[in-house]
This record gives sequence, structure tokens and C-alpha cells, in this order.
Amino acid sequence: MTPTQSAFGAPPMAPKGSPRDLGGVASVPAKPDPRRVLRVAHWAGVGTALLAVAVGLPVFNLVVPETSALHLSGFYVSLIGKILCYAICALAIDLIWGYAGILSLGHGLFFALGGYTMGMYLMRQIGREGQYRADLPDFMVFLNWKEFPWHWALSDSFIAQALLVVLVPGLLAFIFGFFAFRSRIKGVYFSIITQALTFAAMLLFFRNETGFGGNNGFTDFKRILGIPIATPQMRVALAVLSGLVLIAFFVMSRAIVASKFGRVLQAIRDAETRVMFSGYDPVAYKLVIWTLSAAMCAVAGALYVPQVGIINPSEMSPAAGIEMAIWAAVGGRATLIGPIIGAFFVNGAKSFFTAAFPEFWLYFLGALFIAVTLFLPHGIIGLFRRKGVER
Amino acid sequence: MTPELMEEGTRRREAYARRQAEIAARSGDRNAAYGRVLRAGTPDFAHGVALYLDDITVSFDGFKALNALSLAINVGELRCIIGPNGAGKTTMMDCITGKTRPDSGTISFGSNIDLLRLAEPEIAQIGVGRKFQKPTVYERLTVFENLELALAADRRARAALLSRLTGEQLDRIGATLERIHLKAEAQRTAGLLSHGQKQWLEIGMLLMQDPKLLLLDEPVAGMTDEETERTAALFLSLEGQHSLVVVEHDMKFVDQLTQGRKKVTVLHEGSVLAEGLLADVQANDKVVEVYLGR
Repeated sequence: MTPTQSAFGAPPMAPKGSPRDLGGVASVPAKPDPRRVLRVAHWAGVGTALLAVAVGLPVFNLVVPETSALHLSGFYVSLIGKILCYAICALAIDLIWGYAGILSLGHGLFFALGGYTMGMYLMRQIGREGQYRADLPDFMVFLNWKEFPWHWALSDSFIAQALLVVLVPGLLAFIFGFFAFRSRIKGVYFSIITQALTFAAMLLFFRNETGFGGNNGFTDFKRILGIPIATPQMRVALAVLSGLVLIAFFVMSRAIVASKFGRVLQAIRDAETRVMFSGYDPVAYKLVIWTLSAAMCAVAGALYVPQVGIINPSEMSPAAGIEMAIWAAVGGRATLIGPIIGAFFVNGAKSFFTAAFPEFWLYFLGALFIAVTLFLPHGIIGLFRRKGVER
Repeated sequence: MTPELMEEGTRRREAYARRQAEIAARSGDRNAAYGRVLRAGTPDFAHGVALYLDDITVSFDGFKALNALSLAINVGELRCIIGPNGAGKTTMMDCITGKTRPDSGTISFGSNIDLLRLAEPEIAQIGVGRKFQKPTVYERLTVFENLELALAADRRARAALLSRLTGEQLDRIGATLERIHLKAEAQRTAGLLSHGQKQWLEIGMLLMQDPKLLLLDEPVAGMTDEETERTAALFLSLEGQHSLVVVEHDMKFVDQLTQGRKKVTVLHEGSVLAEGLLADVQANDKVVEVYLGR
């Protein structure tokens, strides 16, 4: 019996008499090896993406002269950098919505919290170069504050803030998730509560007393790690970093989804009571993936803020969270790659329409969503899936 | 030594040997408990009772779904429970598996585990498997993956992240696939199976859990006659190794399962109306009245 690779990448069947031979049940196809997170085609895709991000972006922007047709302008670099951050959010949404069936419309909150945490550090990096030439950020001087509030204690240290980027939203997500999942809040009720949570946080951040710059938020950043922030090199570096983080998160998500943990998540999505009566505690599984998803979104926010140069409470608006869910739905849920494509497609279309037809872009966007809902139930990725292939 | 004493000695020795032979011949009564070590979290079946419901009452907004229900299932017993709609059969299963908390009463698993103190996943882990009325499988996973998730193993999230199937586990999945006649469908998505096949898959998932007590809510609903017969044969083969509680409306199926010699319990309005052989129960005036109306 010669081992052969089947069309769907299943490993060869065990020869008769080997330990894997199922007692004469030779027609049982062996399980695809769970250790193989990515197949050859996937590795090729990941390699190409790495190359495009780590080499393509810097070369076409910095090396290729501006007069050349191949030159990638700074505008596009920052656009791509931004969309890469959005793609991380879409991927995070896919992990919980596509695989565990938890629809969060409040992930804008975690994104913004990550952004604010990074923003605090960037505000400290301004130093005495603000309008008032003071040690405190301008908005604090304006409020007549004399010293930093307690939650700014660590804001001077990049490492501390970088850790807090993950820890603060992660802890919030953990506590919120613990109570919500333990109380068995599901489906649309859960979605509504996440909306309420992000809305409440937005109102809180709008207040000046909270110490986050009120409705103006943080802006006017000067440098990061002592390096000026508004240079073409920094722009490319941040975009490349966003791309690398996205690729790393993608590989990590593949590993999770390919494990038994990932299959339990899908089982929870399809039949949660069955999962419970099989002896699994769904709360633990949901909590792990929910917290991870929130932390991923927070990292995206932290990468986003230095690139756009501003963070304010509007990032926490309920609409922001809904948009993330739309990226995932347009791209195709439960595919991991689909939501990334969706984020690029929707945001690419958005920036094209806003430039080309500024008065009508909302109508175009609306039409796009209707078209996807009506004709592409499995999202854009559904177009590329062969018909007749069951999975 | 007098002849009387010698006779007395012989008599006693014989009586002792008789008693020992008697003890060796039967299983599962209190003698079996002699010298056994009880472990916390492991049900103790030494007294021969697998499940004991005592005086269970459940009311929903004043309506008593279960009314002082008492029921005992022996180790290895196959018990059929019949009763008209609304008799409380599904509520009883909900109580046993932890889905519904009764207002009063006790439920013990073996002689030492109080099921009312445990949550659903814990009850499943100590060995109570439940099949739902509507076949409930993981529609978008394959048949193989459905069984893999049901396989008795560490249920914690961290273990699941790193879990790999061993050779024996693969063997068990293979054996179960054969037992439930789904080995040709192993890599098909479960959602594409027929209704009867889904029922079988769910039964297979229960077997993978290796439960001591199986609760089966209308397991042959929507099955063809042939599938029903096969199911009966499967359940009969499980008898003795597991305790089975089968709730069913299909009298032909109940007849196949009881083989004219096993007890059937009739539930009505939340308590036991009658108990006995199927033929006796069917001849019972009260049961006829309940089923046919007055």
C-alpha cells in the first residue's frame, strides 16, 4: 500500500496491521494531522504576505524614486498600515463570531483602549513641546491640573504601556466575559450588552475628569521611543510592523482553530447544550477565546494610533464595533482569511468612494452590503470555494 | 468431641459454604460493598442501584411537571419509561442531568453522589450521558470530529489546545463508527446525514463518553423500521455494561427492548402511575384510561 496524498490534504492512510489500522475498519479515513497548522499552499501564502509587507512596502515607498510609476506614495502606505490594523480586528472578530458564535458589537472598545494606552505614552513623549511648554499634556494644563492622575503613573515607560495595551483590555474582557458567559447570556442579548458597554465607555471617556483628554482625545504626537513620528521612514516602519503582527496573529489563529480547542469552539457554536452534556464547560472555552480576541483588537488599536496620529472617544462609538463585524461578514466568516480580505475590500472601497464620489459614498457602501448579503451568503471567500466541496 | 458437636460443625460448615456460594452467584447487593474503598467523585454502585430519584417535585408557575416522583434504576438495567405527552419524562431527564433544579427531593447517582450539587458538565463527566429528543450533533464538523470531541478525555481548555489522538483512541473511534454503522460517512459533515443517521451519531457520541448511565429521550423518533430494529439490538448489547433509561412512545420498540421480561415504568402527571411488565401495564385499567382518555 503506497501512501498517497489525497486531494484535500488528508495524510495517507495507515497501512494494514499498523497501530493506526482501526481493527480491520480500513475504510475509516485517517484524521488530518492536527500538528500541521498550515498546508503547503498556506505557507506559500504566508510567505508571500511576509515578503509583500516586510520588503515590498519599504522598497516601493522608500527605494523606488517618486517619479517612477511603481512608486508607492506615503498616502497609500499609511492607508495600508491603517487597513492592516483593521484586518487584525476583523480576524479577532472572526475567532469569536465565526468559530465560537459569539457576536461582539463592542470590540471598538478594546481597540480604543489599546489605542488610548499607547496614546498616553505618546503624550508623554511630547515632553515640554506642547502649546503650554509644560510637563503635563496640554489638556491637563487647560484643566488646571497640577500633577498626573494615578492612572498615568506608568505612562512614561514604553514597556509598561506596551504591557498595559494587552493587560487592561484583556482584564476588562475577562471580567465582562466571565459574568456574561457564566450567566449564559447568548446571541443577540450578548451583542446588545457589548454595544451598551462600549457606549457607556464612550460617554465616560468624553468626560474631562476621566483624564483622557475628553472629546478631543490625544493628538499632536511628536515622537515614539525618542524617534520623530511624522517621517516617511517611521510611517513605513509602523505599517510593516502592523503587517507582521497581522501575519503572526493569523498563524496563531490557524493553530488554535486547527486544535481540538478550535473544534470545541465550533461545537459550542453549533450545539452548546450538547457540549455541556458531553462534559465540557463552555464558559472556560468562551472566556479564553473572548479574552484573546479582545487583546488582539487592543494590539491593533495600539498600532493604529501612532499611524493616524489621533485617538478620541469616537473610536468607541457603537458604529465602530458594528463596522468590524461587517468586515468579517463581507469577507466570509469562519475562514480566518476571509475577514482579512473583507477588511481590505470594505476599507479600500470606502477610501475609493470617499475620494471619487464624496457625496454618494455612503450609498455605494450601503449597496455593497446589500449585494454581499443577497448574493454572497458566505462572503467574498465563498466565491473562491469550489461548489460540491462540503467543507 | 461428641457426635452431636461434630454434626453441628458439619451443619455450620455446609451453611457457610452455601452462603458463600450464594454470595458468589449474585452481584450488586450489599455484600459486594464489603471491603470496598469509596473514592470521592466516583459513583459507588456496590448497592446495585445506579440512579435513585426520591420524591422529586418540579413546578413551573404552579404547574407541577413532576409530582413527588420516586424511581430507582439498577446497575446494568435497561428501563423503558412510557407515558402520555406532558407526563414529565423530559423534565425528569432535565433534573437528572442538571438542566433543571427540582423544588424538592433528592437524586443520587450510585449511593454516594448527590447529582443536585453538580453542574451539567460535571454530571456528564462522572458518567451520565444524555441523548436529546431532537438529534443534537455538531452540524458543521465531520462525523469523525463529532466522535473525537465526545471521547472521554481531559475536558479542560488548556488540554484541548495541545491534545493529540493516541492509537487506542483512534481504535475506539473506529470501533464506535462501526458499531453505529457510520464508518463510510466518517469524513462527511454531520449536518448532511439523514435524521436516523444523526440519531445514531448522537448515540455513538454517548458511547464515546463511556457513561455508566445512559438517558435516551425518544432515540428512534424518525427512524425507519430497519434502523429501529438495529437500535434495539444495539441497546440490548449495551445492557449489563451500562444502565439505560429509554423514554419512548413507540410500543413496538419498547416491546423489542423489554423482551417480555423487563420492567416498564408508566409516568403520568409527574409521578409513577404503574410499573411492571409491558403486557401487564398495557392491561392496567388506569394506564388504559390515561392513554385513551375517559
